[in-house]
Amino acid sequence: MARPSPDPAVAAVAPLPDVEPDLLRFITCGSVDDGKSTLIGRLLYECRALPADQLAALDADSRRWGTTGDAPDFALLLDGLSAEREQGITIDVAYRFFSTPRRRFIVADCPGHEQYTRNMATGASTADLAVILVDAAKGLLPQTRRHAAIVRLLGVRHVILAVNKMDLVGHREGAFDRIVEAFDEVARSLGLDRVTPIPLVARAGENVVHRGPSMPWYGGPTLLEALEAAEPSDVDRPGAPFRMAVQWVNRPNAEFRGFAGLIVSGHVHPGDRVRILPSGREARVERIVTYDGDLERAVAGQSVTLTFDREEDASRGDLVCGATDPAVVADRIEATLVWLDEAEMLPGRPYLLKIGTRTTGAIVTEVRHRIDVETLKPHPAKTLALNDIAVVELSLDQAVAFDPYEKCRLTGAFILIDRLSNATAGAGVVHQALRRAQNIHWQALDVTKATRAAMNNQKPQLLWFTGLSGAGKSTIANLVEKKLVALGKRTYILDGDNIRHGLSRDLGFSDADRVENIRRVAEVAKLMVDAGLIVLTAFISPFRAERRMARDLLEPDEFVEVFIDTPLEVAERRDVKGLYAKARRGEIRNFTGIDSPYEPPENPEIHIDTTKLSAEEAAERIVAYVLARC
Amino acid sequence: MPPVALRPAAPRLGHLDRLEAEAIHIFRETVAECRNPVFLYSIGKDSSVMLHLALKAFHPAPPPFPFLHVASGWDFADMIRHRDAMVAAHGLTLIVAHNAEAAAAGVNPFTTPTPEYTRLMLTEPLKRALSEHGFDAAFGGGRRDEERSRAKERIFSFRNSSHAWNPKAQRPELWNLYNARLHKGESVRVFPLSNWTERDIWEYIRRERIPLVPLYFAAERPVVERDGLLIVVDDDRMQFRPGEVVVRRKVRFRTLGCWPLSAAMPSEAATLDDVIAENLASDVSERAGRIIDHDQAASMERKKVEGYF
Repeated sequence: MARPSPDPAVAAVAPLPDVEPDLLRFITCGSVDDGKSTLIGRLLYECRALPADQLAALDADSRRWGTTGDAPDFALLLDGLSAEREQGITIDVAYRFFSTPRRRFIVADCPGHEQYTRNMATGASTADLAVILVDAAKGLLPQTRRHAAIVRLLGVRHVILAVNKMDLVGHREGAFDRIVEAFDEVARSLGLDRVTPIPLVARAGENVVHRGPSMPWYGGPTLLEALEAAEPSDVDRPGAPFRMAVQWVNRPNAEFRGFAGLIVSGHVHPGDRVRILPSGREARVERIVTYDGDLERAVAGQSVTLTFDREEDASRGDLVCGATDPAVVADRIEATLVWLDEAEMLPGRPYLLKIGTRTTGAIVTEVRHRIDVETLKPHPAKTLALNDIAVVELSLDQAVAFDPYEKCRLTGAFILIDRLSNATAGAGVVHQALRRAQNIHWQALDVTKATRAAMNNQKPQLLWFTGLSGAGKSTIANLVEKKLVALGKRTYILDGDNIRHGLSRDLGFSDADRVENIRRVAEVAKLMVDAGLIVLTAFISPFRAERRMARDLLEPDEFVEVFIDTPLEVAERRDVKGLYAKARRGEIRNFTGIDSPYEPPENPEIHIDTTKLSAEEAAERIVAYVLARC
Repeated sequence: MPPVALRPAAPRLGHLDRLEAEAIHIFRETVAECRNPVFLYSIGKDSSVMLHLALKAFHPAPPPFPFLHVASGWDFADMIRHRDAMVAAHGLTLIVAHNAEAAAAGVNPFTTPTPEYTRLMLTEPLKRALSEHGFDAAFGGGRRDEERSRAKERIFSFRNSSHAWNPKAQRPELWNLYNARLHKGESVRVFPLSNWTERDIWEYIRRERIPLVPLYFAAERPVVERDGLLIVVDDDRMQFRPGEVVVRRKVRFRTLGCWPLSAAMPSEAATLDDVIAENLASDVSERAGRIIDHDQAASMERKKVEGYF
């Protein structure tokens, strides 16, 4: 492709100096009360990162909303969204930029209150360093420990402990030392390698960029000096293994086949042997292709396109690794999970997991324990709410390649996506593969589902009845079964009450238990369909996500969702088992339709309106549908 | 295999290398995860940097998406020339969106109030083009350092089916794991330059020798002074106010838009080095040259909620 000749005005420019500034990303943790926004505002102000018109806007805003009289209230500079400005709190991560001749900085400015753990996790995920603020007059607070725990969990090892408002303790060295000692203990218990404590007065700008006269006993760096001296990102550590996830296969013509991706660890040369995971096949790197010409070496932090020495059918999601030190492959993993969604995490509920460039189905099989981030003590838990942090076990639909997060951040990090809302519901860091993962293999049996279906002379399928309690699911399902048996079909009914007495005897009626109950039913039904039966299930199954999970377990033409649509007032009026009355009296909790939601199907295969059809008519319709498919 | 001239290995990555690699990663993720992406091509300097990054991301293939230009009908003639030269040089697929009905009905930047003009000539044709072509992802050149409400915007920023932004319902973005999943009718704006500053843009233009519209460099141009701002008279549709006279002055632009609404600045900076030196010395941020933004406080946030880019 022809490249246009450079603009003459551009061409006249002298080349840049050899040493370009590098980049440091850091997060600031602390609350408005600690003076965090004031500190960052001061840093931007002194590094001349605030243009005059923004300063003018700041002055105007300070008069309108400020808390500092006529002086500029730097906190206002950082609160971007007007809703937040009016509430006077920072509810989201804001990104700020400033630079010195040596270094460019990206600051993730995060709110500090407990309900914003998710925002802090977001900011910390890309940070090289964390500035944790402490109010000198208040000392270490439970939130300080929480901030330290979250940044450590997200792999940040270097912390600057900014002890602010030293003026409130008379600029005394002793007050500073006590806080530093207390924090050292926290740091040791968390495994934070490097802590740089700095006494500050952000409002006056002391020890932010310049030293002040009031703390002559302090001989350490100012905040800016410490930021300039910090080690940047650990991605190109010497000796780190080569890792590149394939993002996109570049095939402009039959001759070229390249694998595009971002190198997240190590380096690569043409001729290097690589292993492509999860397949495990090996190849040699032939070229490192870029728009600016081929490279003889590429390192972590670069986006490149690799070609291999032989036809390799790698695709998006694969991880290209140095052949001598490849990543781990597993379909069951242990991880620490931060929950980010308003909807609680339920074990057994199907989510999507994205790790590197691979997305696969996943369920949390077990919550080992929730971590109290203020005491760091484990607590038992079955489900996770917004901002909870827990150690969990996950089971994945496909084996994925990963490294423990401690070894490599970008190959050990994942997000969980809610399949229905598409929300980014959780963020996790992988610790290790779980042993059983490598050892269970599905037996490929010679007698197949098709063989059994042919013997039964029917199309095995699952009729999944859903609807409110008392809607008529069991009644209609029983009629359908009788009719099918009369026609010589082999059937089986899984009924809510029967299952509850046996297979799911250990489960209650919380949302988490309901999800697990439905998962068990769906798995049993799947085995029965595999055995060649026409299976009927009659469960309220109130959540779309679980019905979706059951559907996903089966082949697309094997799952028939039958919506028994009875309005709540009709079902409640019938109240065959007297349950609605009890629920209304508060004797039964989590009763669907009363104090627990029912999510009606959006596109059921069969929709029965029981206000228009009798049970007999409904059964006839369903049988006709089944026969048409047999 | 083409003849290979191997480049010497860089000793360490500088900040521009990092920002470049991040932007390329974002382009590729979008193409891999979205069904039908489009590049919103505004022809300005940020768009030019973004085009350069798109060429890098998919080389040796051409960028696998079309380029959409929302033409108000009041673009500088130099911008259209530059656009067409880039399209020809790189074999790009260009789509031009224009609200011909509003133009025929007499909407113009002189007499139509600016917010209304912006909505009719920029926002509406953009939304219509996105819907008509069924684009589910649109690359834009927005940067977090431009304006306060942008500082909290995600790299993948979601729009509902009427293209509106809900700042309270943003998805958390951790590591480089972007979640681009959409419901039917939703779309996502993708900002590969989110973490760039204006200074980075200029330094990158210099390092990569990225061609720009000549309006960014000082030259003698026909200028009218209006409300304290310098308006360059780009064609004969200028509506003069009583007493206004055209004078030739040496001026340049920091941002480009519709010519009657873009304020020029007096400048002697005719080369890229001079422009960079002048911008770095100046302490007025670039949006100050956009008349659109002066209308009301939090104006950008409001416009985004309506669907303006």
